[in-house]
Amino acid sequence: MRNAAVFELKDVSYHYDGLAALDGISLAIESGKRVALLGANGSGKSTLLRLLDALYFPDSGSIRFQGQPLEASRFDDELFAFDFHRRVGLVFQNPDVQLFNPTVFDEVAFAPLQLQLPKDEVLHRVNQALDFMEIGDLKGRPPHRLSGGEKKRVALASVLVLDPEVLLLDEPTAALDPRSQSQIIDLLIGWGDGSKTVITATHDLGLVEDIADECFVLQRGKIAAAGNPDELLRNQVLLEQTNLIHSHRHRHGGRSIHTHAHTHPHRHE
Amino acid sequence: MRAAFIERTLASLLAASEHSAEADRLASAGGVLQKVDARVKLAGLFGLLMVVVASHKLRVIGCVFVLSLALAWWSQLRMKRLAKWVWMPVLFFTGAIAFPALFVTSGQAAIKILGIVVTDRGLRSTTFLISRAETAATLSALLVFTTPWPWVLKALRTFQCPVVAVAILGMTYRYIFVMLRIASEMLESRRSRAVGVLPPAERRRLMASTVGVLLSKSIQLSGDVHLAMRARGFRGETYLLHEFRANVADRYWLAGFAVLVAGGFWWGR
Repeated sequence: MRNAAVFELKDVSYHYDGLAALDGISLAIESGKRVALLGANGSGKSTLLRLLDALYFPDSGSIRFQGQPLEASRFDDELFAFDFHRRVGLVFQNPDVQLFNPTVFDEVAFAPLQLQLPKDEVLHRVNQALDFMEIGDLKGRPPHRLSGGEKKRVALASVLVLDPEVLLLDEPTAALDPRSQSQIIDLLIGWGDGSKTVITATHDLGLVEDIADECFVLQRGKIAAAGNPDELLRNQVLLEQTNLIHSHRHRHGGRSIHTHAHTHPHRHE
Repeated sequence: MRAAFIERTLASLLAASEHSAEADRLASAGGVLQKVDARVKLAGLFGLLMVVVASHKLRVIGCVFVLSLALAWWSQLRMKRLAKWVWMPVLFFTGAIAFPALFVTSGQAAIKILGIVVTDRGLRSTTFLISRAETAATLSALLVFTTPWPWVLKALRTFQCPVVAVAILGMTYRYIFVMLRIASEMLESRRSRAVGVLPPAERRRLMASTVGVLLSKSIQLSGDVHLAMRARGFRGETYLLHEFRANVADRYWLAGFAVLVAGGFWWGR
């Protein structure tokens, strides 16, 4: 049985200075699903996440969140805006833009305070989020002086603190060393016990099987394909056409040059 | 080397982020002003600043300066640090503006060196400008170094400072350091690719193009920082876990400031 749609997009387009970033996107994302938005750089993934978080609004087409239309005018109503941002959280690709408070504790407390939760609850949630992301020892430190991996954890904690129903992640493992990448992915897999909707924009195919039940492949602002990770990762032609994998030339034992598609997905049964 | 002038300037500005961390530490130190309610401090120090601006007597400005030194001493602010962070930069910039006034303002000759005449009115107006600027900067530094920055913002809102102005101050605080880091990294990466010494015209051309790129990046980054704040429910208002609670000592401080400000206006009229 299908769950109710958390997001429904119909023919959504968005432009930057006349240049189409999204062009006629229609899709539905079911509640409780883990969805990956795949695409090369500039394919429109980050723009789509910003539309889903109601930071941008479409030039044409419509977006519905749990059946309610997401329109700019509705966000003039403070109660609606607070309720929406409490339920939908976005983690930006660059943690530096997300960390602007004097200490890690203040950073994580920022969202619950903005949404005017009671002070006791704010304290409880902040401590819980710091423990979950294993950054309790950093709480007095200034965020801008942390390492890349630590910044990413703080950025995640600053969104997870609201316990959102929908989590939007923009390249969650970008620019992290392999150990930090795997720690972040393990934490995300453990978050929400499968009851939350998690939408991840990435071009790292190695992550997809761990973080997604369903994928949408974007190319030049359009949906090029949709399906489950298994099907899509086996479709070498599609992946090559959408620049998610590339032909890789190398030499075997000093003999002939050998060319094949190059990717890094792996599976542990 | 002259070519490294801008890099060196940027590096010193970047070192200001270290000052910011130090300022956060000082704000939570146990000095006299640190214990005063942020609203009382803001009102009192602003009142003294107005006295400095409105005073027609150098004696009054001098007294306020001495008072601010005493407050700095009791608040564990080192004089050496104030000189380095506040007095020297203010003297440099204000001095550069005021210096021509020494010679071009009409009046009686006060000093004559190598045929160059410094007029009495020129000397007086320069002294007024520099002493006003130094005292006003010291009073502002007292507020900023003895009060956590989010408390300053909240206190500004208590006095009905417009939401937009407070939001801009809040964003600028961290954004400036991210921006400086980007600028410094841009110049470092360019230097790492440069071979030999470029002719001055070429260096100027490169620097101008770097400034252009930086401006464009700065616009992009400020937009992203604002989006990241909005994504977590920010609508311009400052909310803190800390509640302002004025106690008896704060009332005495307020009364003391009121007497000093009224006395300063009367004496300096």
